[in-house]
Amino acid sequence: MPAVRTDSRTLELIGFALVAVTILLVLPLLLDIFRLNLVGKYLTYAFVAVGLVLCWGHTGILSLGQGVFFGLGGYCMAAFLKLEASSVANTKIQSTPGIPDFMDWNQITELPFFWVPFKSFSFTLIAVVAVPAIMAFILSVAMFKRRVGGVYFAIITQALAAVMTILIIGRQGYTGGINGITDLRTLLGWDIRPDSAKYVLYFVCCFLLLGTMFLARFVTLSKLGRILVAVRDKEDRVRFSGYDVANFKIFVFCLASAIAALGGAMFTLQVGFMSPSFVGIVPSIEMVIFCAVGGRHSLVGAVVGTLLVNWGKTLFSESFPELWLFAMGGLFIAVVLAFPRGLAGLVTDQLIPRLMSLGGFGRRAPSPAPAE
Amino acid sequence: MSNTDFLLALENVSVSFDGFKAVNGLNLYIDKGELRVIIGPNGAGKTTVLDLICGRTRVSEGSIKFKDQEISGRKEQDIVRLGIGRKFQTPTIYEDLTVFENLELSVPRGRNVLGALFWKRTSEVIERVREVAAMIFLEEHLDRPAETLSHGQKQWLEIGMLLIQDPELLMLDEPVAGMSVSERVKTAELLNEIIKNRSVIVIEHDMKFVRASPTG
Repeated sequence: MPAVRTDSRTLELIGFALVAVTILLVLPLLLDIFRLNLVGKYLTYAFVAVGLVLCWGHTGILSLGQGVFFGLGGYCMAAFLKLEASSVANTKIQSTPGIPDFMDWNQITELPFFWVPFKSFSFTLIAVVAVPAIMAFILSVAMFKRRVGGVYFAIITQALAAVMTILIIGRQGYTGGINGITDLRTLLGWDIRPDSAKYVLYFVCCFLLLGTMFLARFVTLSKLGRILVAVRDKEDRVRFSGYDVANFKIFVFCLASAIAALGGAMFTLQVGFMSPSFVGIVPSIEMVIFCAVGGRHSLVGAVVGTLLVNWGKTLFSESFPELWLFAMGGLFIAVVLAFPRGLAGLVTDQLIPRLMSLGGFGRRAPSPAPAE
Repeated sequence: MSNTDFLLALENVSVSFDGFKAVNGLNLYIDKGELRVIIGPNGAGKTTVLDLICGRTRVSEGSIKFKDQEISGRKEQDIVRLGIGRKFQTPTIYEDLTVFENLELSVPRGRNVLGALFWKRTSEVIERVREVAAMIFLEEHLDRPAETLSHGQKQWLEIGMLLIQDPELLMLDEPVAGMSVSERVKTAELLNEIIKNRSVIVIEHDMKFVRASPTG
């Protein structure tokens, strides 16, 4: 098909390759395990950013509550790990041995029914994706079938993030409360705490992320991907071409949420705990900023943006902890005002055409679609 | 209400917006293969009638039957699937996609989520897109992003997006609005071509164009 499209497709693949080489080779060779584990943590946010590229960048659905889905995925994984860590032998000093410590502290004497299935690893693996996807499904059916969209949808997702945080903190006997679920030790008997395990988990996280990037690429290159862009452009026209627009929005929102949840599960495994501080409004908005800085239309951009902003955050907050939030806010405003297509936009619209003309290629790269 | 031989039958249709009656007791019958032009001053409710037929606005009273099926109250996409296509007043196309992709998305297949995800661009699809593109004078521009088209070309593209669906009833809301003289002539030609084998409702207040159109 069109030369323009082929160019940007190839460009994306080159970007994928660069990301793969960076996270699989360069960073592991350059960084010690402490820093590499931090990168692994950032990469779990990149899952959320990839999801946001699909639902925000491509379809125009801004969600300010992706932390909820990230958190749900993480909590599902944490529930399994916590139950494994709370064997009767490990918890014999508790008044009720065999249940997680925070339940014991809250005078709960029996494992709540919804915790029971998390004894099974296969159930957990399914739940990590299914629980957030079902949640996203219920929310998006309720909203999109009634044609609630745009800012209103963003506000609802933000409310959901607030509700979820309050629920988790308020029900600490069932959820671990504000501290989250901590002191996770083994996965099917394999200790996840030593450095060797952190290396393994880092690479698992990398491969999963690359996998979801390819999945997202498959979606964006399919006709469905073009329908999503069409929905962003002219929702009415899509409807009057015989498509049920709501179904497509529901699909992409659920997919974005399931991808975010995978990131959450990998977060729990690599960082060793899950807490409500990754669920609420602030982390949800931070994730949108990662995506915006990198470029919300570009899968590669979103991943790179997430890594750079988090790396900046770590550097900056190590030296000026109280200034970080201002820097982040400033960055977001600067990106939105100066280069709405993010870093990826800078590369594809500015850098590459210039390199091309320097290199003597007369051809200019495709002119960018204007940001809405 | 009785069934009729008409393709489309509006009987006693009224709609009111907060008490203001935009359409009041309208009866309108369209035959198979008929071209009907609706004229009237601004605010007369012409566009509202189209909105009612295609399900964008709900009727307050009355009945709309298409091929003897009641369609008032049904969802837009279901009405489209029955065979009613609608062109908006301003060109409503997907600016970020190419002309080819605009037309491809309008091919009436693979309309559910899975169908769209595993859609194959078969030679049949490509053939059909080219065929329609030739009708709407855009065969040279298939690879261009739709946003770079001229206003008139955008209008044609939207007409093409409807043609590719092959609707039995085509509704065009001011198809020549904002077009240059030569574009108008070509559009009249195009209309001549597309009214074959289908019914068409055109809304227009350019009387010259109405006279030049095949009914005149």
